[in-house]
Amino acid sequence: MTAVAQALAGLKVLEFGGYAAGPHIGKVLGNFGASSIHVESRERPDGFRIQYPPFKDNRPGYNRSGCFAFFNDSKYSVTVDLKKGAGVELAQRMAQWCDLVIENMRPGIMDRLGLGFAALSARNPRLVMLSTCNMGQTGPRADQPGFGSQLSALAGLCGVTGVADGPPMLLYGPYIDYIASLLGASAAMAAVFRARRSGTGALIDLSQYECGLMFMGAALHDYFATGRVSQRCGNDDPVAMGAGALAADAHFASVAARRENKQRIDARIAGWTQERTAQKAATCLQAAGVAAYPVVTMSGLFSDPQLAARRQFRVRRHPEMGDHAYCFPGFDLADAPGDISGPAPCVGADNAFVFRDLVGLSEAEYETYRQQGVFD
Amino acid sequence: MLLANVLIIDATDRLGWLAGRLLADLGADVIKLERPGSDRASSQWRAANVNKRIVELDRAQPADRDHLDTLLENADICLLTPGASEAAADLDPDALRARYPRLVVVAIRPFGRLGARSAWKGSDIEIMAAGGAMALAGEPDGMPVRISEPQSYAWAGAQAACGALIALHKREATGCGDLVEVSAQACIVTALSHAPAFVDLLGIEPTRAGAFMTGRSIKGARYRVFWPCRDGYINFIFYGGVAGRRTNEQLVAWMGERGAELGALAAIDWKAWDATRAEQCEVDAIEAPVMKFFAAMTKREFLIEGHRRGMLGYPVSTVADIASDPQLDARAFFQSVAGSAERFCGSFAVIDGVRPPLRHSPGEMVAPSVGAGLKPAPTNAAKRAGTSS
Repeated sequence: MTAVAQALAGLKVLEFGGYAAGPHIGKVLGNFGASSIHVESRERPDGFRIQYPPFKDNRPGYNRSGCFAFFNDSKYSVTVDLKKGAGVELAQRMAQWCDLVIENMRPGIMDRLGLGFAALSARNPRLVMLSTCNMGQTGPRADQPGFGSQLSALAGLCGVTGVADGPPMLLYGPYIDYIASLLGASAAMAAVFRARRSGTGALIDLSQYECGLMFMGAALHDYFATGRVSQRCGNDDPVAMGAGALAADAHFASVAARRENKQRIDARIAGWTQERTAQKAATCLQAAGVAAYPVVTMSGLFSDPQLAARRQFRVRRHPEMGDHAYCFPGFDLADAPGDISGPAPCVGADNAFVFRDLVGLSEAEYETYRQQGVFD
Repeated sequence: MLLANVLIIDATDRLGWLAGRLLADLGADVIKLERPGSDRASSQWRAANVNKRIVELDRAQPADRDHLDTLLENADICLLTPGASEAAADLDPDALRARYPRLVVVAIRPFGRLGARSAWKGSDIEIMAAGGAMALAGEPDGMPVRISEPQSYAWAGAQAACGALIALHKREATGCGDLVEVSAQACIVTALSHAPAFVDLLGIEPTRAGAFMTGRSIKGARYRVFWPCRDGYINFIFYGGVAGRRTNEQLVAWMGERGAELGALAAIDWKAWDATRAEQCEVDAIEAPVMKFFAAMTKREFLIEGHRRGMLGYPVSTVADIASDPQLDARAFFQSVAGSAERFCGSFAVIDGVRPPLRHSPGEMVAPSVGAGLKPAPTNAAKRAGTSS
């Protein structure tokens, strides 16, 4: 096997924050070779480590969370107590070393800690900092805290999910956070691109709300243009009702007639699908040139042939959780393929390696920080 | 602009439109290939293709083929939805790579390049079903539902843009392009959050929870998410942790100030309450008085007062609510191209304090000669070697 340099080899990424919106960026970049370092403290670990199941064997613990693991593979964990002056000093030193800082704290907190962009870029002019939060860094509600599962509602996504005469539907987890993390990863990479060419860093203000609205762009454009307010409509698709074998029936002979008789069509199709398994029905329809796919369950994801072909889930051995699966991004590079380069780190597991070997602390410096309780 | 001097040829259909839009927002010059006479009137097309310029191509015409060749020779990235774009149906990812070795080629397909179903047809509903999203949305005893506004194309476009820039980063270092393969189905898996981990770690199958959140309590309790109010719904959840404690305390204080009946809420010590260990009967008891309280208020009232109190929770917005949100207005999120009144979501990121303006109206044409004089910026590898690629 020939070793292939990964696309982001040598890119140094530092993360402050937790949950999904920040750490998922570092994971994706880590999947393609970046050295992503997740900064926590033992007193305030990433909330995903402790607040949400699943936990290995249903026993909560800092290093037993499947939720944390899913978004933190392929990176390092260090503990730095930012309540201590020496901890802030160490974080500043790390920011001098790195290319990209990702933070998803509430606006103003990094500045108050002495880790704002002005302070860090004064020492490292090529530094890119991505600040991501619910509302963005400015505006009358900039200080509003929030989780992605709820922000998805504010951005209109939940309101257009469900049947027309029913309530809005939940989107599993912090749906909008992953939109923001992917858009944030692109913005960060674009800023790193400019920094490499020009030597000039950048501060990126990313509003997770605004990112989510990019996925509602057509509905918003339609509202501005026509005043139409998009509504939830179950699975209706006004462009999906092409003519077919039922076209000879007068009820289904025209688009207007088919819309008028939607329930009859649904009943005819349901009668056909109920006699077949989902796999059989989809295969049959695809053979006839009709788009179809089984509704894949969570367990079905692990056996889906298309996802298996691209190794969507990759098992790695975690020190406390044992062998379990990690999820790869939806894209890959042919010549410089990404990978799950390691399991999610235990809290603070990489202090010695990161601070000594990557950041370059001397043994004496490392020991001084340790004695000051910076790694607690 | 972050991606100044980056030229992108966008030969996608709707599965990839957003990729070029996002890269244009970051400053790239994105040239979209279109067949003469193609439909560019829909909101779907216009929202995802603003900020790009258009070149109309009739691939049967030799002059148009030469024009495309010139564009590709100068391009950094080419976005493709192989076989799906009418303007560029014959553009093959491997052939492009062979002909233009420094080009980053991005190929977006519904179900990826590999596997027995790679040639299967898929529109939004099939891709959302294949990626697992529909298994998690809808009433527990009802049908799986998709988000009524198509999402799968956006997920594919977002991941394609990310992959393109990762490959461009490598190209800057090595001088070599790459092929970015995108599976829209796999892109959806990202949207499922940690749901697959329940299967892998515990053998538990997460399913549709309707208007409730499951999976947060190890006792199996479900939490209400959507609460009817006077003009729609409010999204509010009893969270644990530091942030949840503050929200819960503020809610009870708010209810008390309004003289609302507190019921079981009155006896809760939020410092000790643990959302991950709550039983269903306990959750039901604390939710009942909140249901009455929220039923009497408007969405905007909840948004304003919730913000004032530093609470977690948001109203369930419509596009009309969003269009009049003062937060977005203050940040000038909705934008028009100079000289036009047509409104769009603006560039998605604020860079160094400035939201990059939208530069091109959807459908703005490129003069036929454009591209002939374009020269790519030298790669870092070329700079080191003292050459210009």
